[in-house]
Amino acid sequence: MTEVSMAKEEVASTDDLVVLKSVNKHFGALHVLQDIELTIARGEVVVVIGPSGSGKSTLCRTINRLETIDSGTITIDGKPLPQEGKELARLRADVGMVFQSFNLFAHKTVLENVILGQVKVRRADKQKAEQRARELLDRVGVGAQADKYPAQLSGGQQQRVAIARALAMDPKVMLFDEPTSALDPEMINEVLEVMQQLARDGMTMVVVTHEMGFARSAANRVVFMADGRIVEEAAPDQFFSNPRSDRARDFLSKILHH
Amino acid sequence: MFDFLEGYDLLGAFWVTVQLTLLSAAGSLVWGTVLAAMRVGPVPLMRGFGTAYVNFVRNIPLTVIILFTSLGLFQALSISLGGQRFETINFRLAVLGLVAYTAAFVCEAIRSGINTVPVGQAEAARALGLNFTQVLTLVVLPQAFRAVVGPLTNVLIALTKNTTVAAAIGVAEAALLMKEMIENEAQLLLISAVFAFGFVCLTLPTGLILGWVGKKVAVKR
Repeated sequence: MTEVSMAKEEVASTDDLVVLKSVNKHFGALHVLQDIELTIARGEVVVVIGPSGSGKSTLCRTINRLETIDSGTITIDGKPLPQEGKELARLRADVGMVFQSFNLFAHKTVLENVILGQVKVRRADKQKAEQRARELLDRVGVGAQADKYPAQLSGGQQQRVAIARALAMDPKVMLFDEPTSALDPEMINEVLEVMQQLARDGMTMVVVTHEMGFARSAANRVVFMADGRIVEEAAPDQFFSNPRSDRARDFLSKILHH
Repeated sequence: MFDFLEGYDLLGAFWVTVQLTLLSAAGSLVWGTVLAAMRVGPVPLMRGFGTAYVNFVRNIPLTVIILFTSLGLFQALSISLGGQRFETINFRLAVLGLVAYTAAFVCEAIRSGINTVPVGQAEAARALGLNFTQVLTLVVLPQAFRAVVGPLTNVLIALTKNTTVAAAIGVAEAALLMKEMIENEAQLLLISAVFAFGFVCLTLPTGLILGWVGKKVAVKR
């Protein structure tokens, strides 16, 4: 185990997977992303936190260009994000995304949801894709639901299917856009546990969340955003026990006292 | 009482009506879907064309369109759609006119269906690396169609009755036969009732069956 994590750190220090350089974005008059500089290394788990409207979700969505940016550059594994088209589709296949509202394809069964991308994008053999899909569904603990439709599942189960669907593409990095915010409290943990396991397995992850417990236990680094800027970046221990900025102290005092 | 029916090919005339309806329905479903795809697509030129087409065509009376296919396309431009006999040519022209007209309504029905599919599903599909056509054909349209079986049934029923306009260019369907019979026989009300009943026999089952299908295929959310 130690060897693995050491090897991971070595790789991490030399290999930047996602790099954002002076990224700016406006929604009309609102400057949602202001000169964002962020580098995510291979195998790193970065948790983005901050108050509502601080631009966290937007930041997450720019990484696979679901939101376009006005200026700056974003590179993934050394390649800049291409314009809309074939190149972009290919890149998106390498970037897994999990949404707040699950977004499973409602007309397809759970199994078909996980098979679709493999067959249509990766051109995988149907049988192999199904086998892989069943493995992944077992891994996230919803193997028994494979033949049901999304609407028949609980929120927590749907979100785990969504994670399996993203994993089926063998992504280089996984983006989580508030994956537990739409869940009933008793279902949050089942999703977080799957994410913890992923983090332990060495997946590169960018997680926008309000789950401070997850940030503490799984993150290599916490990025705190407010008003469209990255205000503070630190290791979780340091950030939660000793935040440097007033803005972060204020934020933490509001959420950690209950 | 129904002696006046003798000597007329009532079933034959309604068979032509059915053929007109089915061919036009198939054609307008395809063309309407293409138009809807254009209207939601990323290419401004196609979006503009789709919008212009729908707004132009659906506001022209069907009679004018059908007459145009005969007077404009066939007689002025000699477009005969591969037909040799006059009947074949007129039948095909009528189908063309009905497709062109009905597709505008099909397009709008499908577009309203597309709006029932949550944006997030298209985003999730794009995030998997599917291209625009795949997102549309694999994720959005299958759900859109299921949502608009009802509205499309309305369009189909309207189309069935609209086929009577083909009589204007001499297609031997039900309405043309009715006109002929009214001229020859002295049973105005009865003849009208017979043809009205014939159309109800076509459209009522359509509505019932597709209503059942619509419930059956509805996407649960």
